[in-house]
Amino acid sequence: MSADTDIALPKSLRDQFAIVGVGETAYVRGSGKTTRAMATTAIRNAIADAGLTPADVDGMLSYSQGDSTFSNIVAGDLGIRLNFYTDIFGGGSSVEALVGMATGVIAAGMCKTVVIFRSMNGYSQMRMGASGVMAAQPIAGDLLHSRPYGWLSAAQTFSFAFMRHMREFGTRPEQVAAVKVAHSQHASNNPKAYYKHRVTVDDVLASRFVCKPLHLLDCCVETDNATAIVVTSADRARDCRRPRVLIRGVVGRCCKPRSDNYYQHGPITTVAGRYGREILWPNAGVSPEEVDVTGSYDAFTFTTLLQLEDYGFCKKGEGGHYVSDGTIRLGGRRPNNTSGGHLCEGYTHGISMVVENVRQLRHDADDSCPVGADGRRQHTYDYREGGCRQVKNAQISANLGWATPGVGSAMVMRRD
Amino acid sequence: MPTSGEYLGMRLEISDLDAENRAYFEYCAAHDFRLQACTACSLLRYPPTTACPWCANPGAQWTSVQGRGAVYSYGEVHQAIQPAFKTGLPYHVLLVELDTQQGKPSEHEALRVVGNLVEPDGTLASPERVRAVGIGTRVRMVFIDVAKGLALPQWTVDEEAEQPAKPWRYVQD
Repeated sequence: MSADTDIALPKSLRDQFAIVGVGETAYVRGSGKTTRAMATTAIRNAIADAGLTPADVDGMLSYSQGDSTFSNIVAGDLGIRLNFYTDIFGGGSSVEALVGMATGVIAAGMCKTVVIFRSMNGYSQMRMGASGVMAAQPIAGDLLHSRPYGWLSAAQTFSFAFMRHMREFGTRPEQVAAVKVAHSQHASNNPKAYYKHRVTVDDVLASRFVCKPLHLLDCCVETDNATAIVVTSADRARDCRRPRVLIRGVVGRCCKPRSDNYYQHGPITTVAGRYGREILWPNAGVSPEEVDVTGSYDAFTFTTLLQLEDYGFCKKGEGGHYVSDGTIRLGGRRPNNTSGGHLCEGYTHGISMVVENVRQLRHDADDSCPVGADGRRQHTYDYREGGCRQVKNAQISANLGWATPGVGSAMVMRRD
Repeated sequence: MPTSGEYLGMRLEISDLDAENRAYFEYCAAHDFRLQACTACSLLRYPPTTACPWCANPGAQWTSVQGRGAVYSYGEVHQAIQPAFKTGLPYHVLLVELDTQQGKPSEHEALRVVGNLVEPDGTLASPERVRAVGIGTRVRMVFIDVAKGLALPQWTVDEEAEQPAKPWRYVQD
């Protein structure tokens, strides 16, 4: 591990907690199941992945936008008696914040092992593209300054920052599209991904506009799925089934000034990561250069770019170059969203990107490579379509979660 | 009595409890664009809030502000979410930087007011006009009357202002 860049923050919790289990349902459109049923499946998978039993879990955290089940309901279906649970409101940027909270409540002695889950019928029930239920609601309160103007969905509300980035830095559509190209290549090596086909820059630019500057293929996919992770102390993690993935540092819902109206405080091309990076890197004790794999939230191609830039993976304004020069592709220096992310694998509000990086750090990405006699995948590192998606010798990952330009979360993990 | 009305098929409601938004939209209904000026630091703010975002002082004076400025950024919507917008595609959502209070309290800040690009009569702008407007276009405010005590501020091209030779537009255009 590199020289410590810590300035003032305590390091006592660094490497003291681990993610020991990950699990999910299939990524589908039309689950035919309740969020309760899906959550139960995902959590059962995550607990089994950890080599634990439900009796070992006594804490639970979840996030939703009022579109999902609750921890104490799901716990009943799993035979778990909880010593702690909380269900928070939120979408992107929730999972990293909840990992931080899980480590805090374990440190406080409130419980020992925490499951974090997100279960959503994001296609067949509450659609995150804001059509259906969201668009039909009466408009009141602070929303009177946005929704009457047809300024409602994430694509619409973030467009001011994206457009301004193109104006100020000369960021080009084909550079932005390279994010989708990379993630589609990764998804083609992910049997779980909803969209497995590879696309080109031309495909992205030729797809219809949703809200300029975003084409259809700049936008993520809406899917139905549940996803879960298991967090416990680093000591307890030694007894689990998988190699330990240790939590180095967490940023939880870090905000820009005036994050309620991000477009009021400039530069509006600056996102919350500009502030989050001042917590993340010192707490994690690593620098961006040392990160092997990133999970920069891709609700849109552009969100990936803006966060990589503001967390310091490249200079401000050079995000377009960074995402299009091969760096973020498998086989590149620092692949991003090796599962295909929200653009291709499925939409989970961020937690699936943590799941993916846990598997990367275990050196056990669930691609199509053959499984050896020891039960582990024999990775080929041949990244051609349908092949491997394991990053060679991945040691350190960074997840960069996005809620809005004004609010973000992040987490650095490392292989033991 | 709560204020409510229909605009483009959308139901708009202002609760009796919502003093800031009630005052804001009542001034708009009188076609008088007013923002809260902090009684401590004097800075204007948008949208209406309970206290000053810069000094946290709750006191404010509703102050008339000129509804003129330039487009700072925009989103050009080609896939409408709300039904009423589906007939007038594409439409512009503009972020307009007012001439008033630019560069305060910091160099990167200004009063940036959201609205659609509309024709002078308040209807959503034609596709031809949408194509002609970009960052830098000078606009002026017009009001759409929705109900008693409720009008929406919108933006139309300022015919009297000197316009940039070529406003900045998305490069694929």
